Amino acid sequence: MKTLRGNALSGYSWLMLVFLYLPILILVLYSFNDSRINATWTGFTWKWYVSLFENRQVMQALMNSLTIGVISSVIATVLGTAAALAVKHYSLRWSNIFNGLMYLPIVIPEIMMGLAMLVLFSQMQMELGKVTLILAHVTFSMPFVMVIISGRLADMGKDLEEASQDLGATPWETLRYVTLPLIMPGIIAGFLMAFTLSLDDFIISFFVAGPNSTTLPLYIYGLVKRGVSPEVNALSTLLIVSTVLLVVVAEIFRRKDSKNNQSIL
Amino acid sequence: MLNKKPVKLLALPALLWMGALFVLPMLMIAILSFLKRGTYGQVVYEFTLNNYIRIFDPLYGQIFWDTLVVAVLTTLFSILCGYPLAYYISRLEKSSQQIWLLLVMIPFWINFLVRSYAWVIILRSQGVINTFLQSLGIISEPLPLLYNSGSVLLGMVYTLMPFMVLPIYVSLEQMDRRKLEAAYDLGATPWKAFWHVTLPMTKTGVVTGSILVFVSSIGMFVVPDVMGGAKSALIGNVIQNQFLSARDWPFGSALSIVLMLLSMLLILLYFRATKASETKEGSA
Repeated sequence: MKTLRGNALSGYSWLMLVFLYLPILILVLYSFNDSRINATWTGFTWKWYVSLFENRQVMQALMNSLTIGVISSVIATVLGTAAALAVKHYSLRWSNIFNGLMYLPIVIPEIMMGLAMLVLFSQMQMELGKVTLILAHVTFSMPFVMVIISGRLADMGKDLEEASQDLGATPWETLRYVTLPLIMPGIIAGFLMAFTLSLDDFIISFFVAGPNSTTLPLYIYGLVKRGVSPEVNALSTLLIVSTVLLVVVAEIFRRKDSKNNQSIL
Repeated sequence: MLNKKPVKLLALPALLWMGALFVLPMLMIAILSFLKRGTYGQVVYEFTLNNYIRIFDPLYGQIFWDTLVVAVLTTLFSILCGYPLAYYISRLEKSSQQIWLLLVMIPFWINFLVRSYAWVIILRSQGVINTFLQSLGIISEPLPLLYNSGSVLLGMVYTLMPFMVLPIYVSLEQMDRRKLEAAYDLGATPWKAFWHVTLPMTKTGVVTGSILVFVSSIGMFVVPDVMGGAKSALIGNVIQNQFLSARDWPFGSALSIVLMLLSMLLILLYFRATKASETKEGSA
C-alpha cells in the first residue's frame, strides 16, 4: 500500500518534470528540422544556425546583449556586494528596513518597473538606448546579487572576522584579506546570476530600449510576433543553452564550500 | 570598540541607486496618474481624477476581472501541480534532492518569451499535436488549441509553477517530522496525517509561493500576447498598449497603480485568511 502511493507520487513527479522540459526539448529539436513550413520532420540540418550567424541584425542584437549584460552585472555585483557587507553590521531593525527596500523590486510586477523607468527616462529627457538599458538592468539584478551574497555572509559567521580584528587588522584589512576571499564564490555566483537575468530580460527591456539597442530577447519577440520559424527556434535554442550553462555554473560556485545548500529562488 | 562606521557606509551607493531608479520612478507613476493627456499624447500638467474614473468603465472592469480570475486559477493550479512535486523532492535523499531542485529551477531561469513560444510550436494549427493527430487520421480539421483562455492559463501555469515548488519544498524541509510520527502513532491514516499535520505546517511555503505566482501573473503580458487570442488580453496588455501604442501615459499609470493596489490588497487578505485559520486550529 505504502509503496503503491510512493510509486504514484514518484510517477507524478517525473511527469511534472516531463511537463517542464518537453516543450523546451521540442523547440530545440525543431531548430534542427530541415522543413520550414510545418511540424513534419524532414531531416537534420544546421542551416538555420548558419543563417543566424550570417544575419547582421542577429549579430548586432547579440553584441548589444553581451555588452549590456557585462556592464550591468559588474555594476550590480559591486553595488550589491558592498550593500550586503554593510547591512551585515546593521541592527536588526535597520537591516529589515534596508532589505525591505532592496527586495521590493522582486515583488513588484515587472511591467510596473519597466514603465516606471520609461517615465523616469523620458522626464529626464534621456534618449532610450544602451545606457537606459544598463541602468534598468542594474536595478532589477542588484537585489538578486544581494540575496546571494547575504546568504554567503550569514553562512560564514563572525568568528574569522573577529579573529582577524583581534590580531590587529583594520576593518579594511579584514575586509580585503578575510571577508572578500571567503565570499568570493558568492560574488562570482551573484555576477553570473545578474548576467543571466540581464541576458534573459524581456519585459523591462521592452520599455526602456531604443531603436538601435535591440537585445536578443527583444529581437526574438519581433520574430515571434511574425509567427513560427526555424530561425526563431535556433536563436531561442542558443539563448536556452547559454542560460542553462550560466545557471549551472553559478550554482556550482554558490555551493562551493558552502554549508547552506538551499537552492536560491 | 571597533570602528565599523566606514563599512556601514558601503550600502550608500546601492541605496542611492534604488532611490533614484526605483523609488523615484514609482512616485512619478503615482503623480502621472493624476495628470491629463494632451491631444498628441504628451502629458499636460493639470490635476484630474478622470484616469481613475475611466477605469470604472465596464470594458476595463471586465479585463480587470478576467486578469484576477486567470491569476487566481494560475495560483491554484500551481499549488496543485507544485505541492506533490515539492513533497516528493523533500522525501528524497539529500544528493538527489539537489539534482531535482536544480532541474525544477532551470526552466524558471529560461526566458518567459521563449517558453511561451515553445507552446506555440506544439499547439498551433500546423503544430506538433495537430500534425500528429492528423497524420494518424484521428482528426481531419486541426483542433483550436491555441489563442484562447485555456492556452493562456496553460502558459501561465507552465511558466510560473517553479515559483511554487521552491518555497513549499523549503517549508517541508524545515517541518518537524516528529509531529508527523506522533500523528501516525496515534493511529492517523496517511491522508489524515497529511491533511491535519503536514499541510498546516507547510502553510508558510504555500503562502509565499502563492504570492510570488500571483504577483507575477497579475502583471503578465508576455504569455497572453504570445499564446492568447484577441479576446484574452489581460490588464498587463492594456497597460503595455497605453504606454506604447495609445500613448496615454496618465491612464496607463492609473491602471498600473490600481493593479498594484489590488494585488497588495489581495495578498493582505490572503495573509489574514491563512492566519485566521491557523488560530482557529490552534484553539480547536
